[in-house]
Formats: sequence, structure tokens, C-alpha cells
Amino acid sequence: MIVAEPKSLAEIAGYIKDAKKVLVMGCGGCVTVCLSGGQKEVDILAVSLRMLRAKEGKPIETVCETLERQCDKEYVEKMSTLLEGVDCVVSLACGVGVQYLAERYPEVLVVPAQNTKFIGGTTEHGIWEERCGLCGECILASTGGICPIIRCSKSILNGPCGGSSDGKCEVNPDTPCAWTLIYEQLKRQGRLANLQEVFPVKDWSKSRDGGPRKYVREDVLL
Amino acid sequence: MSEREATPELTTESKLERLFSQGHFVVTSEIGPQKGASAQNIITHTRESRQYCDGFNLTDNQSAVVRLSSIAAGIHVLQHGGTPIIQMTCRDRNRIAMQSDLLGAYSLGVRDVLCLSGDHQSFGNHPTAKNVYDIDSIQLIALVKKMRDEKKLVNGEEIKHEPRFYIGAVENPCGDPVELRVMRLEKKVQAGAQFIQTQTIFDIKKFEHWMRLVRDAGIDRRVNIMAGVLPVKSLRALKFMKENVAGMSVPDELIDRMSQAQDPQEEGKTITVELIERLKKIDGVKGIHIMPVGWEAVLPEIVTRAGFLPRPE
Repeated sequence: MIVAEPKSLAEIAGYIKDAKKVLVMGCGGCVTVCLSGGQKEVDILAVSLRMLRAKEGKPIETVCETLERQCDKEYVEKMSTLLEGVDCVVSLACGVGVQYLAERYPEVLVVPAQNTKFIGGTTEHGIWEERCGLCGECILASTGGICPIIRCSKSILNGPCGGSSDGKCEVNPDTPCAWTLIYEQLKRQGRLANLQEVFPVKDWSKSRDGGPRKYVREDVLL
Repeated sequence: MSEREATPELTTESKLERLFSQGHFVVTSEIGPQKGASAQNIITHTRESRQYCDGFNLTDNQSAVVRLSSIAAGIHVLQHGGTPIIQMTCRDRNRIAMQSDLLGAYSLGVRDVLCLSGDHQSFGNHPTAKNVYDIDSIQLIALVKKMRDEKKLVNGEEIKHEPRFYIGAVENPCGDPVELRVMRLEKKVQAGAQFIQTQTIFDIKKFEHWMRLVRDAGIDRRVNIMAGVLPVKSLRALKFMKENVAGMSVPDELIDRMSQAQDPQEEGKTITVELIERLKKIDGVKGIHIMPVGWEAVLPEIVTRAGFLPRPE
């Protein structure tokens, strides 16, 4: 899932300081799962904004809603009725949701309530970790199911670097060295020969370096 | 020309390659360029110490701190009679910039390059910088070899005037797991590394163990391994290495010696000379790389006491 982290109330309030009526819009997708942008967080944010503005003597009206997914035009379309008199939308979705709303409703100011952090999962309740670097050319088959692109601090393909020590990354002793994990995994599986070949230079044009990516599937086009 | 004819197996015009092939025990050192637009320290040190070693590494923004560039520093070394070994890390440049800089460095007379990953930017003076790592150190080794031996850029395009570098790499013999370190060393050699400068060695036992594995794999016959040493000035410096440098092993015995020393600088030199004495006797070690970080002036004394003089031409 996409993991996002709420911005501070002060930062969000700063974006909407001229607004009198805001739509606080949650997303029922990833950000609900990672406890940062679902209906519960929408309600808390709306109350907090109203209290802050009341304290400042500039009361604000809030409308609260959570779309099934903000990254889906079909759902985004349905929110048009909620925009009556609204001069700003605060989106609790990831960066994709914020942009979908801004594209569909260009006359309204849409601001983010979150910092979109990474693609990852929960390792324990309240802890999320990054797992995929979205490089566009998955190499997990040769690295024992462990991604060096995102789990190695240097994204190196022929690791580990000299900064790896006792299975830890030099950048942060709480971070396991991805290449030690890969080594241990391949050793366990009797596939260490995978590590002996020099991994060739990567085609980063399939990653973000090629510009914004687009994926077309002819077989499902309408 | 006569020398080249006498040793036809040489791949480059590198002095280091020639010395290794002639069977000399090679001694290199290191100069850290400064955080400013002056090469005075490089020039002074080159002039004063060039006869005490066979080449100087020029670090590439060491510890991820912005400094005068390694290639520019190397040219200063060349201009003052020294042999530069330019370090090239993968942290700050993509394959376009690295190949361009390699062409430029060769055109200016540099013949030796040391390929490294580079310290992560979070350790340096620009921790908010974006790192590059378009290619890694092993891919860089292969790239330099491809340019030289195939006259091709990494994309396969042919070039007319190929840079003919003698290719170096680094390895950390004290990092764990040691089997993985040996495997990675082999990969570097397979990619094209011709000489290896190791991370600083304080723990002879660990180094001997690594070296045994290296010999068992026959790697020492395919690459010239130089053991790294770092003269320490104080107990604080030694403790810092033990506690803060990833993969560094410093035996307690050395800490005790430094803590009891009347004159820590003198003790630091003695420890270094003793380490060199032991390292040079280990089968498969073909040279010593001395890293007098921030203490360049100590080089002549260390080399003299280690019995490495005179250096071959």
C-alpha cells in the first residue's frame, strides 16, 4: 500500500487561512489502512481545524466525507454535490488523490493534508516499512525476494558496500543491510551462484528517470 | 618504450602496474583535498613525500564532504612529480558524468583509478542531498575495463581514443560475514579490478583469516592486494575508529597500548610500523596502502622505519 504521514495542523491551517468553508476529504484506500487518511482521521482533522480557527476568532465551516478511492475518477465525480460554497478542499489522500481532485475541480483550491512517503507494509501495529522502489523492472527473482533498489541505502546491485557491518546498514543501525539479507536468503536456498555474476547496469528509464510513466493495456481499453 | 617491451603483458602505462609486474612490493599513500579552492596541501605534500611512495590516492569528496575534486587534485600531483590514483565514487555522478570525467582525467595524464561506492551523503556536510548510485562500484569497474579493452562506452558505442586506466578497487577484510566479503572481492576481480587497497587493518587475525579465504579461492593470483594501514595520533582517534567506522575491528590490546602510552603519537607510529611488518609477510599481500588521514607529515617516517626505501623508479 501507499503509506502516508499526516502533515502538522499548523501547516494545513496555513494553506487554508483565507477559506471560510472547507471540504475535508478522506480516502478509503491505502491511507485508511495505514491509519492516516480515513474517515476517523477526517473527523479529527475537521474538529481540530474548527477549534483552531474558533480560537483565532475566524470560525470555519467544515464538510466531511471519505471517498471509496480518490484515485478513481468514478468516485471523484460523485463528490461534486459536496462542493457547494466550498472554497477549499483538504485531501487526506496520497499525492495521487490530491491531483485527481485538483484535475477534476480546477476552480477549487485543493491542498494536501499528508506527506506521501512510500510503498510498503506494516511490520507491526504502528510501524510501516518501505518495500518497493517502483523501478519498473522487478529483479526480485534473482535477489531472493529482497529488493536492493529500495532496501539498500545506495540502491546498489552488486552489494554489500563497505559500510555493511554485522548485517546492519551504516546509515542506520536499525536498518538491516539488504545485501546481507539477500546473501543469507540465497545461501539458505542453495542459490549463492546468483551472487557471483556481475549484475549489469540498470535501465533507469523504466523508473521515474524516464519522466512520468504511463501504462496502456490494449486488451482492456473500452 | 624499452620497459614496455620488456613487460609486454602490461595493459596500461600505469607506473603501479609496471611496479607490480616487476615484482616490487608497492607502497601507496593518500592525500585528502581540502574544503576550499586551494591545492597548497596537495602540492606541498607531493613535493615533500613523492619519493616515499609509488602513488597518492586522491579522495573523492571523502566522507561525503565537499572538497576540491579528486581529478583536479590528481593533476596537481602530476604537475609536481607525483603519481596520482584518482578515487571515483558512485554517489555523486551518473554514468554520463563518470565516463566524461574518466575521459578527461586520462587526457590530462591520469593512469590509475580506484572505484568505490562512496560514503553515504548522510555522513557528510550535505545530508539533505540526493544521491545518484546510477551504477555501483562493481559496475564502474566493468565500465572502466570496457572503455579500455573494448573501446566502448557502457552503452556499447565505440570510441576512438580509449582511456587506458589501471583499475583499482577496495575491500573491507574485517566486515562480516567474511565469506560474503571474499565473494564480493572475487566479483570485483571478475569485473576487471587489477589492484585492491583494503580498508584500514588493525586486527591482524581477522585480516589473516580473510587472506586465507582469498588465497584458497585463488584470488590473490589474479589481483594485486595492498593492505591498508592508518597511523593514529591519539587514543581518541583509535576509539573513534572502533566505535564509529562501520566494519572496523580494533583489538582491545591496541586500545590498551594507546591508553598507556607516554607519547601517543610515537606509539601510534610504532603500532603502524609493527602492523606493516606483520602485514607484508602475509602470503598474497603485494603492497601497503598508508592512509595518514589528517597526518600527512608522518608518511616519510613510517615508510623509512618500515624499510621501504628507496622506492623504485
